[in-house]
Parts: sequence; C-alpha cells; structure tokens
Amino acid sequence: MSQTHFEGRAWVLLDKQGRLIEDIDTDQIFHNAHLHITETAQMGGYALGNLEGWKDFPSKAGPGDILVAGRNFGAGSSRQQAVDCFAALGVAAILAPSFGAIYFRNAVNSGFPVLKAPALEERVREGKILSGDILRVDGTKGEAAVPSRGVVFALEPLSRVQTDILRAGNLFLFGKSRPGS
Amino acid sequence: MGQTILEKIIQAHSADAVRPGSVVWMSLDVRSARDFGGPNVVKHYEREYGEARPDPEHTFFTFDLCAPACTLKYADNQQICRDFARKHGLTVFDVDRGIGSHVLIEEGLAGPNTTVVGTDSHMNILGAVGCFGQGMGDVDIAFAFRTGRTWFEVPPTIKVVFKGRPSSAATAKDLALFVLQKLGTRDLANAAVEFEGDAVRDLTLSGRITFCSLVTEMAGIIGFVPEHAPALKDEIKALTGRDFDPFRADKDASYERIIELDASGLPPLIAEPPSPSHVREVRELRGTRIDTAFIGSCTNGRLEDFAAAARLLKGRRIAPDVTLKIVPTTRRVTEELLRTGILQTLFDAGAIVVNAGCGGCADGHTGLTGRGEVQVSTANRNFPGKQGKGSTYLASPAVAAASALAGAVALPEDVR
Repeated sequence: MSQTHFEGRAWVLLDKQGRLIEDIDTDQIFHNAHLHITETAQMGGYALGNLEGWKDFPSKAGPGDILVAGRNFGAGSSRQQAVDCFAALGVAAILAPSFGAIYFRNAVNSGFPVLKAPALEERVREGKILSGDILRVDGTKGEAAVPSRGVVFALEPLSRVQTDILRAGNLFLFGKSRPGS
Repeated sequence: MGQTILEKIIQAHSADAVRPGSVVWMSLDVRSARDFGGPNVVKHYEREYGEARPDPEHTFFTFDLCAPACTLKYADNQQICRDFARKHGLTVFDVDRGIGSHVLIEEGLAGPNTTVVGTDSHMNILGAVGCFGQGMGDVDIAFAFRTGRTWFEVPPTIKVVFKGRPSSAATAKDLALFVLQKLGTRDLANAAVEFEGDAVRDLTLSGRITFCSLVTEMAGIIGFVPEHAPALKDEIKALTGRDFDPFRADKDASYERIIELDASGLPPLIAEPPSPSHVREVRELRGTRIDTAFIGSCTNGRLEDFAAAARLLKGRRIAPDVTLKIVPTTRRVTEELLRTGILQTLFDAGAIVVNAGCGGCADGHTGLTGRGEVQVSTANRNFPGKQGKGSTYLASPAVAAASALAGAVALPEDVR
C-alpha cells in the first residue's frame, strides 16, 4: 500500500432509495458543534455524525476502508476536521464523482487520498459497487476495480503537484523538501 | 490567448503560465485565520515552523464566528490565536470587529486584483470587489502563513449572462437564489464565473457581496461582476480609501461555457431546507408559519440589508410569537445603523440586536434554532444542522422582515 495504491472494503454512501447521496456538506460530515476539537485522534467518533442513515459510521468503519460518495462530496465550509475525521478512523481513501473544491485541497494537503471517479454514479446505479465489496484503487494509473464483480472504472489522474504532496506525506513535508516551492 | 479576470489576477501573482487546468504556485497578499480554524493553524504552524515569524504586513487574525466567545472552547481558541499574534506582532481584528471578509474589505486589505485566503469558505465574497478571495483549510493557511504562497489549480471560467430585468421586488439575494435554482451545484462547480447583464450591472457593493457570496453554494470557485455603475467606484473608494480599478477580461479570453439566464420579471425567491438550491417563489410558501427570523451573516448583513428591513418594520411590531434576530456584519455597519437611526427602528419593532459577527452559522453566538423551530434567515446555507436543529428557509432581508411581521412566510407587498 502507498498513498496512491489501495485495496479495501467499500462503504457506499447511499440514501434510503439506494442512490448515492449528493452534496454531502461538511456539517453532515463533521458537525459544527465539534469544531473546537483540535486533536485529530478525537475527531474520528464524529465522522458522518450528522448524515441521516450513517451516524453509526465510526463504529462500523475500520482501517483501510474506502469511502464511496456522491457528487460534490464535502461541499460547504473550509473545516479541515471533515477530512481529518476519516484519517482518524484509518479510512484509506475517498472516491466520488466530484468534491467540494476546498475539501479536495484540504485532503490533498493533509496527505489523504481523494480520487475523482466520473463513472461512479453509473456503476453504483448498475449495482456494481456495494458496501462490503473489496475495492482496488490505482491512483497513478487512474483506475479502480471491484475484482469480485469484474468491474473496472476510470479515475481522474492526480496532477503532478497533488501526487507530489501525497507522496511527501502532506503539504508541510512537501514544502520542506522543496524550499523553492 | 487572452485571459479571464481570474486568470489575470493569478498571473499577476505567479511566475507560472496560467491557463485553465494548470496547477500553479501563487503569492498571497493576505493570509488570514479566524477563531474557527485559527487555533489549528497556530498548532500546525508551531509544530512545523517553530519560532519563525509570519510576515506581519500580510498575516492577520479575524474573530467572527463566536464573538464574543459564548463557550469556554471558543474563548480558549481565540486566546490561542491572540497569544500567537502578540508573540509575532500580528494584527488581530478581534471579537469587536465583525466578519473577517468584510473587515478586510473595509480596511482596504482585500482590494481589486489582490489574492486573499482565510479559513472561511465564503472568502470568495471578495469577488465583489474584484479580489480573488478563497477559503482554505488550516493546513493550507498554516503553510501560507509561513511561505506566503499556495498551489492552485486554475479553474475554467464560465460566463453567465442575464437577460431581462428582474421585478422591482427582487433583490441581489433573489438573483443569487435564481442562479441556484437554475444551475444548482452542478453547472458552475469548480469554475470561476463572470456574471454580466442588466440584472447585475447596477448592484451596489452590498448587493454584489450578497450575490458573490452564494457562488460558494453554487459550488463555484469565485464570481466576479465586471460591469458596474459609475457610482460603485465612489462607494468603494469611500468605504476602503482605495481606488477601484479591477482587471477586465481580455476580448479574446476563453470561456468554458457561456450560459444565458432570463431574469425578466424575477419575483422574490426562497430556498427550502435542506439545501440552498431547493428554490421556490416566496408566494408558493406564503403562510408557512415561522418561529424566528434572522437578518445578518456575511451574505446579508450590511447597512442596505437592514435599511430594506427597516423600511417594512418602521412603526410596526413583529408578530407576538416570533423573534427577530439582527446581526450586523461589522462594527462599522453597527455604527452606521446607530447614526442613521435604523437600529432604533429595528429595536422598536421588537428585534434583538446582537454584536457584529457571523451569527447563526457554525454554532455561532446567536441565531441557532431548536428541533422543530422554523426560521427564515438571510444567511447562505440551510443544510441539515447548519443553523441548529430546526428548519431554515433562506431569503432576502425584505422577505425576512415581512415574514417576522406576519409570523409566517410573507412577501414585502403583504405588509400594509
């Protein structure tokens, strides 16, 4: 495993009708009542704590799991906690058709892999990715797969800077490795 | 190839070739943090950079979320930022000053063609004055405090052209809600937007701020309104002491898309919970009982917003079982409310008037709703839990005031 290659159990964020939930905002991911928390280790217990149907996520999720989310995941506020809470649980990566712009940056900067998968909605609609499936992700090649179902779909490749930051570990380490940047 | 407004601003701050999709390094004129995010910025900064001093000419704290602190946690967090600022000689716009993005405009720090970042997802409000403002997380901001730079993926620019004139009852808020209704969070996602046409050309600074703030809810990066009435230059000069001379896009600038929206006869609109893009006409929801009205937030908390409310509230009392909360964006707005007598009008109508700041968003110092409570708010978000446990409808200050008087969702024309 590296910051660009993963294999893990999928959690597909579906609503009661079985559709990917869109526009999940940072208040549903990490509610503003807990914004005063500054210790990453304490954040895990609040992950998805305000998302209907998923409030028990922290007790279900385990290290290495991969979150599969709907379009515009992480809309809303700039809070870093909405990324860090998943890192605290050991979640390995998040896949979504698109992310809130600030959320995406926050994840990259803290070395947490977020990958854009435009075809995700269709694969989920076809029932080809379910919670519990083992997902295999190759961020460098830009490809994800559910080997047990023989499904392969494309990921948007990461940009050079994003890959470099992920490889360095986070933005700080990246910056120190390149004083000119 | 010509450049769009955002491309020009970034280019003026970067040695890299700026074109849509390229990832560039750019310098930041203002690096700021709030009481939300700020303590984490300090923590990251001290862990990574020790005693190194951030540049005091470009680095600021603004406290607005919980001002003054109403919980021990926020009090502690604000003091962590103050201590750090004192140690390094940085300016703090403290809990008496108001919402950071607005204070930065008033102080002339966020002027046209500058780059400004802060731990506030509505920093792109600054597009209203031709500034590239951007909200960022605490890792980004800590890095910016030290290096004065950030990486940025240059977004494509989309042009939205309004056709027709909205009705006289429609405000900047209604126009923004109209865009949310038509384009949702999909069409402008991760793009810069240049808005043109009669509907936006004559917006005052206050209206531009309202309009540009909701670009965040459209999932856009930033919005600009390049055309403006001559009076806007004077208004901005009077407020900030700086000339208003924003970049214009080149004639041969390249736009990813040009979207036309017909705003002819646009009526007042309202966004239903649970999303700012669930927009309907106010008259469709007329009569929906409310418990609370809130006028304020970075979106609708300037003098004009309260003046619009005061025109309806003057000489009247709000409905007996309704509370009306008023939160000015900045101390300067409060000062103008005092000077113009608007504060007295609002108070006499039964309003609660609170210290300048964010108000109900993000567990702030006023305006949270309880379970089952129904609120009409002039803020920008009504996601579940954003403004408390209740249901929040988003509308203009005039609609909020009319609703407070009626005790139910109402149109300004309903006030007699």
